[in-house]
Amino acid sequence: MAIFNLNINGSEHSVEVDPNTPMLWVLRDHLKLVGTKYGCGIAQCGACTIHLGNSAVRSCQLPISVVANQKITTIEGLSENGDHPVQKAWLEIDVPQCGYCQAGQIMTASALLNQNPNPSDTEIETAMDGNICRCGTYTRIKKAIQLAVANQNLS
Amino acid sequence: MTLVKTKIGRRAFIKNTSLAGGGLILGFSIFNSCKPKEAEKLVVQEMPKEWFEINSYLKIGDNGLVTIMAPNPEFGQGVITSMPMIVADELDVAWKEVLVEQANFDTESYGWQFTGGSQGIRRRWEGLRMAGATAKQMLKEAAAQIWQVSVSEITVSEGVLRHKASGNSAGYGEMASVAAKLEVPKEVPLKEVKDFTIIGKSKKSVENQKIVTGKPLFGLDYQFENSLIAMVEHPPAFGLKLKSFDAAEVGSMPGIVDVFSIKTLEDDFKRGYFDTNAFTDLIAIVGKSTWEVMNAKKKLKAEWEPIADSTYKMDRFGTEVDVEVPKGLESTDEHYKKMKVMAAKPGTMVRKDGNPEAAFKKAAKIIERTYTCPFLAHNCMEPMNFFAHVTDEGAKLAGPLQAPGLTGPTVAARLGMPVERVDIELTRMGGGFGRRAYGHYAVEAALISQQAKAPIKLIYNREDDMTAGIYRPSYHATYKAALDENNNLVAFHVKAGGIPETPLFANRFPAGAVDNYLAEQWAINSNITIGAFRAPRSNFMAGVEQAFLDEVAEAAGKDPIDFRLELLERVKNDPVGENNEYEPNRLAGVLKLVREKSNWSQAPSGTHRGVSAYFCHNSYAAHVVDVVMEGDVPKVEKVVCAVDCGIVVNPDAAANMTEGAIVDGIGNAMYGELTFNEGQTEQKNFDRYKIIRYSETPNKIEVHFVRNEIDPTGLGEPPFPPVFGALANALYKATGERLYHQPFISRKQVIG
Repeated sequence: MAIFNLNINGSEHSVEVDPNTPMLWVLRDHLKLVGTKYGCGIAQCGACTIHLGNSAVRSCQLPISVVANQKITTIEGLSENGDHPVQKAWLEIDVPQCGYCQAGQIMTASALLNQNPNPSDTEIETAMDGNICRCGTYTRIKKAIQLAVANQNLS
Repeated sequence: MTLVKTKIGRRAFIKNTSLAGGGLILGFSIFNSCKPKEAEKLVVQEMPKEWFEINSYLKIGDNGLVTIMAPNPEFGQGVITSMPMIVADELDVAWKEVLVEQANFDTESYGWQFTGGSQGIRRRWEGLRMAGATAKQMLKEAAAQIWQVSVSEITVSEGVLRHKASGNSAGYGEMASVAAKLEVPKEVPLKEVKDFTIIGKSKKSVENQKIVTGKPLFGLDYQFENSLIAMVEHPPAFGLKLKSFDAAEVGSMPGIVDVFSIKTLEDDFKRGYFDTNAFTDLIAIVGKSTWEVMNAKKKLKAEWEPIADSTYKMDRFGTEVDVEVPKGLESTDEHYKKMKVMAAKPGTMVRKDGNPEAAFKKAAKIIERTYTCPFLAHNCMEPMNFFAHVTDEGAKLAGPLQAPGLTGPTVAARLGMPVERVDIELTRMGGGFGRRAYGHYAVEAALISQQAKAPIKLIYNREDDMTAGIYRPSYHATYKAALDENNNLVAFHVKAGGIPETPLFANRFPAGAVDNYLAEQWAINSNITIGAFRAPRSNFMAGVEQAFLDEVAEAAGKDPIDFRLELLERVKNDPVGENNEYEPNRLAGVLKLVREKSNWSQAPSGTHRGVSAYFCHNSYAAHVVDVVMEGDVPKVEKVVCAVDCGIVVNPDAAANMTEGAIVDGIGNAMYGELTFNEGQTEQKNFDRYKIIRYSETPNKIEVHFVRNEIDPTGLGEPPFPPVFGALANALYKATGERLYHQPFISRKQVIG
């Protein structure tokens, strides 16, 4: 066990855990930030996607010991009032069905748009192919990302 | 305006036994613990000082806000929004004044709270309308009393009562306390379809704001003070059971609190219909955090031994049946070999019209084809899980369940307490697809909590979820059709079976359209557990039947839509037999609509089209699938879909679910496959079990609903099964190869 100081969603947190503990379980069990989801535990489904700095990463494969002072953003901290352009587009298109994978989808999409405000269809595909939606909302995810891109460019 | 306020203190019950939907009995009773959960609307809307319960489905605040209960559990089909929409429409309240709350397990108030079988809206339709309409009537009567006018002179619009002659008007909130004391009317008028103001107008899901901001909604998110985490270890293969295990080694690992075995169902327990479970002896590991319990689970040493042949008793909705479980470690290769042998023998005849034997002898042309599909795993994104806190006083449970009405009694029986002491909170489900009808994981959680004497949250890891599933069975079907010299379909023979059940529907199309018709079935028993899976039998039969009919149409030299429509015209005018399940007009209706909307005869250049249409779960769906070739790889470019499910309550949400059904169908047809070796699944996680992904999804899906005034007939399943067939037919056009074995991508085989 060791003590780790983390910067999550703009605030400081201190947890004492086994250094191998994946960030997924640090967030969910120790910090009660349960918006980040467990789906597979082997980085195949994307449900646990968070931002490490500006990059989308699978938190099930990210041991707390390698995070150090890098900033972490989870779905709870993506925006203050749930009004990030990607969140707004998700609401406008009414994307979710069961909703379980959607936090991961939104975190992947928002990291993509942060790094590449005008992604091509192929670039969107490459980014989003790591996130499984078992309900099959992909066509709406596509529309929502396109809407977020358009809205981002307007503002 | 005056607030008429009276202290409420009554219990009102009405029973309606004459409702549609298979004898639904709906009890209205007062709802005692209506504490609205955090709702985004509260940010802008002031909460009432007092709520008045009109019936168990709704209560009205003194400021006019209305809380409407969503009686069925939600797993993505949108009933948490659409069911309250039905109540709100009959109540005549503005949708923006409505707060929605998920009901918990409460059979007395909400009857059969089942999510599955495309039954939700269909079975609730009349009851929910009555809940709204009776409440509206009571509010009108309250106003009539206060204003001393005739109730027939009172009009209502968007939560405001008016009496034109006297000039009186009042909001619902002002009359709620008086209305709550009135007798529930025995008869109320329901609206004409043309008068609906909310039903048929798209509303966003009431939970989306919470979903996109990561609020706790799901069973896996459930928080309870001092709750521990539990995981279970089940035998590594079907056909094995627990022999022994070493609790000491993992018991001393960091964070581990307890390690013990549980027996979830006694061998002589008479199981309910959804008590399916292969693994009743489990090892439970209880600890402080998920990661620590996961680590202990990896280190756990256990020995397993073969099961013997056994039998258990099951109550199949009132009929007691013996279910035989054979011993053995089964393998997929063996399954296919055994199915081939069985399929070559005569099956059990289920339906026979005319003289098929003679007709086949006289035929000018005979087409015979055989189709198979593998087992499929549900793979809900949220793995199975449940919270339980069992004490001597009772059991408090929370988690994802499709059939709490059957899981609740099993939990109670196993804990040895009356069901009234089992409280189950119904959390939003991260997918269901039939899997969460089987609530063994709730029983497991309850027993672990009881033994650990602590509140626990049971979590399956993905491997547990995939390897201890209740799967879509593996099926096999042989079709034979006879054409006469004029290319008329004169005889039809279907023989279908599977492991461990038959998928046959003897009375569905083309039964009724062919003078000489024979349907036979068979089954091979297995110890692999199977169950509901978005219409498990239909999703195989629709796919292969619609692919077969495509070949028959081609052999007859006819357009596949014209061919089907000709047969349906025959059913309409002169049906063969009396037990045909479907309405030929509605099946023809979706075909005509999809023909029109897809511009069927003019496929864009470079695209290859396939069509299908199917009836199941009381509704009708047809698809036109367009495939393009990207090099050697076929890609579904576009799907146009037509659905007749009667009145559509929430059109955009219904379209969303239909789009999902299409993507799900393409994914399972192309890639879905669970194989067994020595009783073990060969796929244990998403690295080997392929789920359709973003880039494999059609670029465009169009959903068109047939507009009619038929009471809703169900939507969760119906658009899913026919996708398999339309895709197979489009792939044939694209590649020149007919596909007979699912999944199409990894087991592509062609019979010449």
